[in-house]
Amino acid sequence: MKFRLALKGAALAVATSVAGMAMAEDPTKVGFVYVGPIGDGGWTYQHDQGRLAVEAEFGDKVETIFQESVPEGADSERVMTQMALAGADIIFTTSFGYMDATNAVAAKFPDVKFEHATGYKRLHPNVATYDSRFYEGRAVLGHIAGKMTETNKIGYIASFPIPEVIQGINSYFLHAQKVNPDVELTVIWVYTWFDPAKEADAAKAMIEQGVDVITQHTDSTAPLAEMAKTDGIIGFGQASDMGEYKPAPRVASIIDNWNPYYIKRVKAVMDGTWEQGHSWGGMAEGEVVIGEITGPVPDDLKAEAMGMVEAITAGDYHPFTGPIMKQDGSVFLAEGEVATDEQLVTMDFYIQGITGEIPN
Amino acid sequence: MGGIDPVVLIASLMVASTPILLAAIGELVVEKAGVLNLGVEGMMILGAICGFATAVETGSPALGFVAAAIAGAAFSMIFGLLTQYLLSNQVATGLALTLFGLGLSALIGQGYVGIKAPNTPRLDLPVLSDLPIVGPILFSHDAMLYVSLLIVAGVWLFLSRTRGGLILRAVGESHDAAHALGYKVIRIRLMAIAFGGACAGLGGAYLSLVRVPQWTEGMTAGAGWIALAIVVFASWRPWYALIGAYLFGGIVVLELNLQAAGVKVPVDLLAASPYLVTILVLVLMSRSKSRAALNAPADLGRSFHATA
Repeated sequence: MKFRLALKGAALAVATSVAGMAMAEDPTKVGFVYVGPIGDGGWTYQHDQGRLAVEAEFGDKVETIFQESVPEGADSERVMTQMALAGADIIFTTSFGYMDATNAVAAKFPDVKFEHATGYKRLHPNVATYDSRFYEGRAVLGHIAGKMTETNKIGYIASFPIPEVIQGINSYFLHAQKVNPDVELTVIWVYTWFDPAKEADAAKAMIEQGVDVITQHTDSTAPLAEMAKTDGIIGFGQASDMGEYKPAPRVASIIDNWNPYYIKRVKAVMDGTWEQGHSWGGMAEGEVVIGEITGPVPDDLKAEAMGMVEAITAGDYHPFTGPIMKQDGSVFLAEGEVATDEQLVTMDFYIQGITGEIPN
Repeated sequence: MGGIDPVVLIASLMVASTPILLAAIGELVVEKAGVLNLGVEGMMILGAICGFATAVETGSPALGFVAAAIAGAAFSMIFGLLTQYLLSNQVATGLALTLFGLGLSALIGQGYVGIKAPNTPRLDLPVLSDLPIVGPILFSHDAMLYVSLLIVAGVWLFLSRTRGGLILRAVGESHDAAHALGYKVIRIRLMAIAFGGACAGLGGAYLSLVRVPQWTEGMTAGAGWIALAIVVFASWRPWYALIGAYLFGGIVVLELNLQAAGVKVPVDLLAASPYLVTILVLVLMSRSKSRAALNAPADLGRSFHATA
């Protein structure tokens, strides 16, 4: 990967030295730090689509750089520092695990803007955070899962026990349970965002236990490849449409559309209007999109799912609307009460009906 | 263990372990010849894409595995030429090989994302495959899994029971002595490196053709590094490598299955356990000062240059 970056860097150096003579204005330099390869077909792929959208929008007024497969932790700090030293004006760090590194590097480069995806720490005035309301999409998938399961066992391949993932698990199960009181949820924590073999093994382990609808919170299409081996198992595209597994086993998907946000923020840097903040867009902002519902899903269920999408988009329905109990039986939300953003971003418990414990 | 079928568990741990077993047994031979090739991950991923692409184009998984072995061996020759003839540093060259392999495989794989691989047939023997317990564990896997076991047996036989194996070990223990006896140190090492590359390529192809099966960039996700750890874990003994690989693969599969069965397990600890075990083994083995206890080839990682 570094090799490719080096090639790109060399090509850019040649290009800029030629173009530099003709062009007086300096392009805005935008950096992206990715946790997986851009060809993962999921999370990182979608962020890279956002990068390409920025290039398409601003043409030669921007220059983008990116690095793939950057491990969360110390190594990411080095990558961000390199990008800042290379003259980046704004750097998007696109995984939860980059949170501390982003803030540490931001302290050293007060003139560079940093945007950290899915995090909550903004320790310096040049750090903003942004996220999507994936739980809105999970609600729709949960509804489909609850109605489609024949064994009444549905599964969730979870990555790390962080609020974003726990929101997804709760939303998925809550809406499956609403349409199917007998449904049971199996959660497997794989402790990785991207490891196709392990993701596939997790799906396999669930299928052996009789689970017949599986959703994933990991980035590769491997679980769908595993589901494709067995008839009657269905799943969902995650982060990207994963359309190559249409019409089955992939019957729907949550698509992360970062394009509008990236364009907006790069524009703000160009105009000098960039400000620190936290953005949390969902279906209403076009950031969370449900992909085409296909194959085995009957038309009436498809219509119900689309109805949910409309209601959430219009703001008529919030997936976390009470009454909702916590796993231990205490009240999370009273009748008619809607969860606040604060309650969601700190969510560290399962709702009632989910067995098992959240590891910590 | 509530709800887990041990037979299914053993059968799936064998599948999960085969990629790292193949890569580890290849690297074991390379290290026995005194060469440390840290490019296992790169050779694996290159084998994964070359095997996948060939299988898709020809419709034959068998040809895919052959292509993966050739690709892995050919790729390892870059390392061979650099370290054996140009005497470059083996650690740095191996790391470079990994980075190069990851990038090159991503380039080759551009057109193969989202394509389905032809199905690799499983063994289906009339009576044996239907036997309870023994059938699913021993007689109903894909052919490549048996090949991996044959390779382990073959390597053990070669290293411990043949003259060729003795020469290879001699080269790894003292290349100067082997050279003085008239053995072609460089040529023997190149052959070992090529064998290691071929095995790593097979391991990668097993991932992309059987275990997952699909092509995704970076899909080895560190399997090559685990294979390297297994060689040390096995203290350079072929059968120990088999145990090591099945143990490592077994922990992963067991951890996932325990979770699927709803058994309360310390997940984070289990996920880290293969690495913890590796560190523990390294500490235990290096406790003793004598090289014999460590069992590492004495000339491991040292460049050879014939002076006379």
